[in-house]
Amino acid sequence: MSAYAERIGLSGLLGRLRGDESWSVGDRIGLAMAWGAGLLLCLIAASIVLYMLFRGLQYLSIDDLFSHPEAGLGGGGSGGFLDAIEGTLLVAVLGTVIAAPLGVAIAVWLSEYGRPAGLARAVESGVEIVAGTPSIVLAIFGLLVFQQSFFGLFSPVGEGATPLGRSFVIAGAMMSLIALPLVVGATREALQAIPRHVREASYALGKDRASTIRRVLLPASRRGIGTGITLGMGRIVGDTAIVFILLGATLRFEPNGGVPVWDVLTGNGSTLTTFVYNNSPAGEGGAPEKAYAAAFVLLLIVLVLNFLIDLITRGRGASWTR
Amino acid sequence: MTAGGADAGQADRTDRRVELALGALSAAVLLLIAFMIVFVFSKAWPSFSHNGLAWFGPGGNVDEQLTNIFNSPADPSKYVYTLHAWPLLYATALITGVSVLLATAISLLSAMFIVEFAPAWIARILQPVVRLLAAVPSVIYGLIALLVLVPFVGNHVISDAEKESVQFVIQLDGTSVLVGVLVLTVMITPIMVAIVTDALRSVPRGWTEGAAALGVNRFRALRTVGLRAARPAIVAAAVLATARALGEAIMLSMVSGSLGFAPNPLDGVTFFFEPARTLAATIVDHADELSVKPSGQTIYAFAAVLLISSAFLSFAGWAARRSMRKYTLQAR
Repeated sequence: MSAYAERIGLSGLLGRLRGDESWSVGDRIGLAMAWGAGLLLCLIAASIVLYMLFRGLQYLSIDDLFSHPEAGLGGGGSGGFLDAIEGTLLVAVLGTVIAAPLGVAIAVWLSEYGRPAGLARAVESGVEIVAGTPSIVLAIFGLLVFQQSFFGLFSPVGEGATPLGRSFVIAGAMMSLIALPLVVGATREALQAIPRHVREASYALGKDRASTIRRVLLPASRRGIGTGITLGMGRIVGDTAIVFILLGATLRFEPNGGVPVWDVLTGNGSTLTTFVYNNSPAGEGGAPEKAYAAAFVLLLIVLVLNFLIDLITRGRGASWTR
Repeated sequence: MTAGGADAGQADRTDRRVELALGALSAAVLLLIAFMIVFVFSKAWPSFSHNGLAWFGPGGNVDEQLTNIFNSPADPSKYVYTLHAWPLLYATALITGVSVLLATAISLLSAMFIVEFAPAWIARILQPVVRLLAAVPSVIYGLIALLVLVPFVGNHVISDAEKESVQFVIQLDGTSVLVGVLVLTVMITPIMVAIVTDALRSVPRGWTEGAAALGVNRFRALRTVGLRAARPAIVAAAVLATARALGEAIMLSMVSGSLGFAPNPLDGVTFFFEPARTLAATIVDHADELSVKPSGQTIYAFAAVLLISSAFLSFAGWAARRSMRKYTLQAR
């Protein structure tokens, strides 16, 4: 089929369309539509990237990246959006720090142990359900849980002693639910790709299952785990709904209390996604320039993460047979 | 499997401990998820019980009803719950359905293009292009659509005559079903393209070559043999895309209109220019009303409907793929 495919190119296409009677009209229309669909995708992607580049460079100044936002008079804000960038990084780190160990643990249990079988299937379905749940539903669920006074530690407590239910820790915890299925899936694939003889060799050398996992299997699946974590981070960085509901949407960091790091974590703030939303005509803002600038930075971050995934998956895998 | 002797007992015990620990962790996550579902439904129940089946039906202006619920008196026995959510359900079904249909068509054609007809250099570009489109955050799609597409549609596509024809019912300003469907299609197509290309590539070459040997042209061979063999993957991709479309809240709340209006098909072409708001977008728009009890319960009712729909969707996808098993080489 490959020599056949090499002959196509554009000349093959024209040749087929010109004289070959095995192509009916419907097939030719189909072929044209296939070409159209492919080129349409390229066109849309190019226009999005170019437009964001154009607007971003138009409105972004280096100042913006390093100065704090200030509420301005008359509609839009002024100042930059350093707090938003820090907020995005903070939420991404929090979410990943929770999701990564949890996801790897679940994947290891599912693929290496997995008894009783009913529980294993239930856990698989549970992870799939989380993967299919809209992030807005996860967000209001988080609000529901963390507004109980039992969790008052994690967010500013207002008058009436009910917790606000919105903070970086809470947003990070819910974000980890978004990243979890991606980490679990990628780690499971990586673990299942390791051939059985590797495990058997380890047992033959006297290692028990736990050390085999720790010393042999997990290091070998580093690439898959890295892919899963980066995919999860990409989704976290791009998610707006959870941050919109669970982060209080203040312009700057609003720490809660006096303890050095914990006050920022349990305080409110914003991320690039809510910053863009709030400054667009849909939010309060009338500052589309800020929105474009922040959106451009967000797009760059997402592209860098994507590129990282490419790098991770592209390297030569370990070869198990010599 | 482990070395014999005194070490064996110890190793077994470590194994058991690790297994129990990991199993307990997984079970804990499962419990959390089950808890989430039960909690959402229990919070949503009052809204359903007060309205019965009329919850799903038409009747009155949804936005007014939501405002009334929000303004209900503080006395628990006087809470207002009346809601007829049909415009929201209709908008969700309409926007999601049309987007998924369009996305399926475009992604099937693109996948065929990538796998078979694209010159090598275009195919090489298209892979990162599709990944890029899938990775762009929804708020950026919403921003561009809101600042570029919506004014364009509002000023240049909708004619003044059309605006006048519905002016007593609704204002047409460009935020509409049309823009919502277009952007949502662009958002979910990359997901489907990736899955369908993988599936088409894994169709055994002998099958398509056999078709070619019988004199079938390449497009028809791909259509009849390749797509048929990839049907389970296409169904899986469609289910995934529909779940994504159902849950898309932020972009749609920016772009498809913030009125709980049920577009009227009898309006002809203007039907596509009318605003609509899906369940997920309604949750976003009314998120700050969660603090008032009856309002909160109504919003949880929306979330419950979304949860049920995605569960039903997964089940339907699984059932469809099971029935297709006998046509494929192996169970996928």
